[in-house]
Amino acid sequence: MLSHLDKLEAEAIYIIREVAAVCEKPVMLYSIGKDSSVMLHLALKAFYPEKPPFPFLHIDTTWKFHDMIAFRDRVAKEHGITMLKYTNKDGVARGINPFDHGSSYTDIMKTQALKQALKKYQFTAAFGGGRRDEEKSRAKERIFSFRNEAQVWDPKNQRPEMWKLYNPRIKKGESMRVFPISNWTEKDIWQYIKRENIEIVPLYFAKVRPVIKRDGMIIMVDDDRLKLRPDEKIINEKVRFRTLGCYPLTGGFASEADTLDKIIAETLQAVTSERASRAIDKDSIGSMERRKREGYF
Amino acid sequence: MSGLLKFITCGSVDDGKSTLIGHILYDSKLLYADQEKALELESKAGSRGGKLDYSLLLDGLMAEHEQGITIDVAYRYFTTEKRSFIVADTPGHEEYTRNMAVGASFADLAVILTDAAKGVLVQTRRHARICHLMGIKHFIFAVNKMDIIDYSEKRFQEITAQINELVGQIGLENVDIIPLSATEGDNVTVKSLNMPWYKGDALLPALENVDAEDNIEDSGFYMPVQRVCRPDRTFRGFQGQCEGGQLYTGDTVTVLPSGETADVKSIHTAGAKTDNAAAGQALTIELSKEIDVSRGCVITKDIKAVITKSITSDILWMDDEPLLLDHEYIFQLGSGSTIAVIKEINYKTDVNTGNELTASVLHKNELASCTIALSDRITAAEFTAYPVLGSFILVDRLSNMTSACGVIRKARQVTDDDYSFVSGNTKISATLFDEYYYNMGDMKIDTAQKDYKTFTIGDVLPLKGRTYNYPKETDIVAFAEKAVIRVRNGKIIDFVPFAQYSFDVQYNAPLIDSRGFAINVNDQAELDKFRAEYADGKNQAAFWNKWLDCTKWRHILFNDNFWMI
Repeated sequence: MLSHLDKLEAEAIYIIREVAAVCEKPVMLYSIGKDSSVMLHLALKAFYPEKPPFPFLHIDTTWKFHDMIAFRDRVAKEHGITMLKYTNKDGVARGINPFDHGSSYTDIMKTQALKQALKKYQFTAAFGGGRRDEEKSRAKERIFSFRNEAQVWDPKNQRPEMWKLYNPRIKKGESMRVFPISNWTEKDIWQYIKRENIEIVPLYFAKVRPVIKRDGMIIMVDDDRLKLRPDEKIINEKVRFRTLGCYPLTGGFASEADTLDKIIAETLQAVTSERASRAIDKDSIGSMERRKREGYF
Repeated sequence: MSGLLKFITCGSVDDGKSTLIGHILYDSKLLYADQEKALELESKAGSRGGKLDYSLLLDGLMAEHEQGITIDVAYRYFTTEKRSFIVADTPGHEEYTRNMAVGASFADLAVILTDAAKGVLVQTRRHARICHLMGIKHFIFAVNKMDIIDYSEKRFQEITAQINELVGQIGLENVDIIPLSATEGDNVTVKSLNMPWYKGDALLPALENVDAEDNIEDSGFYMPVQRVCRPDRTFRGFQGQCEGGQLYTGDTVTVLPSGETADVKSIHTAGAKTDNAAAGQALTIELSKEIDVSRGCVITKDIKAVITKSITSDILWMDDEPLLLDHEYIFQLGSGSTIAVIKEINYKTDVNTGNELTASVLHKNELASCTIALSDRITAAEFTAYPVLGSFILVDRLSNMTSACGVIRKARQVTDDDYSFVSGNTKISATLFDEYYYNMGDMKIDTAQKDYKTFTIGDVLPLKGRTYNYPKETDIVAFAEKAVIRVRNGKIIDFVPFAQYSFDVQYNAPLIDSRGFAINVNDQAELDKFRAEYADGKNQAAFWNKWLDCTKWRHILFNDNFWMI
């Protein structure tokens, strides 16, 4: 009998292969986070001995942790995969940044950038690493999730998805978002990373890092674009990150977990769910659904 | 001992499904602190006077918050000391039945809630039938809101009798009935002191102990081919998931529908070479010799499947648009797809009484038995024997909506009469003599089939129809069957395997495919190029657009009402 992780792995591989077989121009979104590391690993396994027959796409907001960008470039080279990078140039020109522009920053540099990139390359299907345990509206999303011409999700009118019979059919301009690890939990992700010895960005492990405390969050000082407020000073603390995004928006937390085993142990008894450390989700109830309908992953 | 359990909660609206699951999560300390806080916050703003509203944990969509109901299936993940669970919390409103069916298709067990005050309702019956249709084999009927009827054993017995009647009618096995209260927590995670007369388990322990594992290991081996893996010229592997049985290197397998056999040269499971594969694993299989295998084929060992073009099935109609007889739908089964026409609605089922009613049209959320004709042969089986070869969806060709799902009760083996061309063991299905009409009624292209006739060597072909006119010298390429039919002076003179076929320089005979589309091949060099690209498995739209010309020998006629022809 297959173990729980074996079943999740087989399900994800099945979905990834389906997309490669039936969708005209797929792409795998790569956010550099641990879920993306798992997705890349699954894609490599799914097609072995062939390379994944689609490119990977990273939406670069220019505000990612420096460790993340270095990791991305090294991993792409090591595995011989095509890594596309896209930045909303217009947003950069307008000086859009996470400090001054709040949630419109996320919209312009992430949501709009993603839409622009998908349109530019004419991708008809994009894999995402979304999991149903992350947020309530995600818990309701199909594995093959239809997007209309405006790349909008209509949660009230999703196609029924029966057994493993995924309906990939779209018209010109429409597209699919596909979530192969929908049924994984954060714990599954960590256990799989351990079992498969998957490399992840070092920021997930606790280490003494230069941080400031702002609005209840621990922000890492990753470069000199972080302007200190008068009452703030940089301190060195042992912190790690549960999720990785743009450094000014991703809160770290004090932790001693510097090995996978310690991270798993910490996760099992966690008292805060994963997304609480992301500033954008707390804006309002239903904020994730709203952003998803607008095209955010 | 017990692995992951996937279950659904269903039942009529307001029977308390979301509340029940919310309560299990809350009681079992399975919530994160911020979720718990959000729950308390949202409950205060809600309609239940500040008491904890456990359903808020599950009803995640904004529209659901506004209306206080569940629209779509929500998946929740939790683990107790004994077991991991995925629960699909499904909507109770009839309007959203299809979303409930989505959850049912995913589950091994159904928890069907019944309101103790109201008893078994139409929606309870509908959900029980759909769960059964989708293949669920384990049922727990949760008689909820026992607190409202003062935990009355007598009332519970009355409802038990109603449930047993339903169970007998549908033919459900493995049924448990538990009295509980989701809001008060009676018999949810621990046994209730309010119902000492109830001797069974509380719900959560019942879920923890049930053995719902399917014994798919015991079946024959079968794997629908998802794709062909060709990293280089030396490796050609077939990728898919083992849906039943086991496979060893060296085993002899049969590829369906062609029936060709080969030995297993190597097996990879998800990236690593292995000597044997078990049910559920993702595989890449290399075979000992070059035979025609592509997406939609099924690699098998010791299974009883049939090659069919006609099935009897139970379906659930899910589209806002009604089912139309003789309308063409895309039919998806396993990794294959073809075109289907519903020839007959044998009966539709009254979800309340189980009675069989006559019908000529089906509306959303109706259940029916239908006879379905398929344009191509597929490999299929009865749902109860091989679930993956016995379950399908119908997709609307215009809207791309998933219009129906169904399970096969009977599949009729094709006979020679179902083929267009037969010679010895070579049997070919072709649609080149179908007429193409633009139907002014629903503004799309329809095809009309001639009365069936099977052609063989020596037969004169009807090369001119109303909407086609093929040359007297032509070679018909049948891709699925990997064969070419040579036609000279209007007669079939030979059947040649596609791999050995060479371009006829003497006649310069143009190539057409089995649909009557011209293949843009004018000499041997182009033929070689075409064959290589086809073998690469890149037979997607771009490939066909490059090589096929649909209008060279064919055209389309306008027609007011196609079915009157």
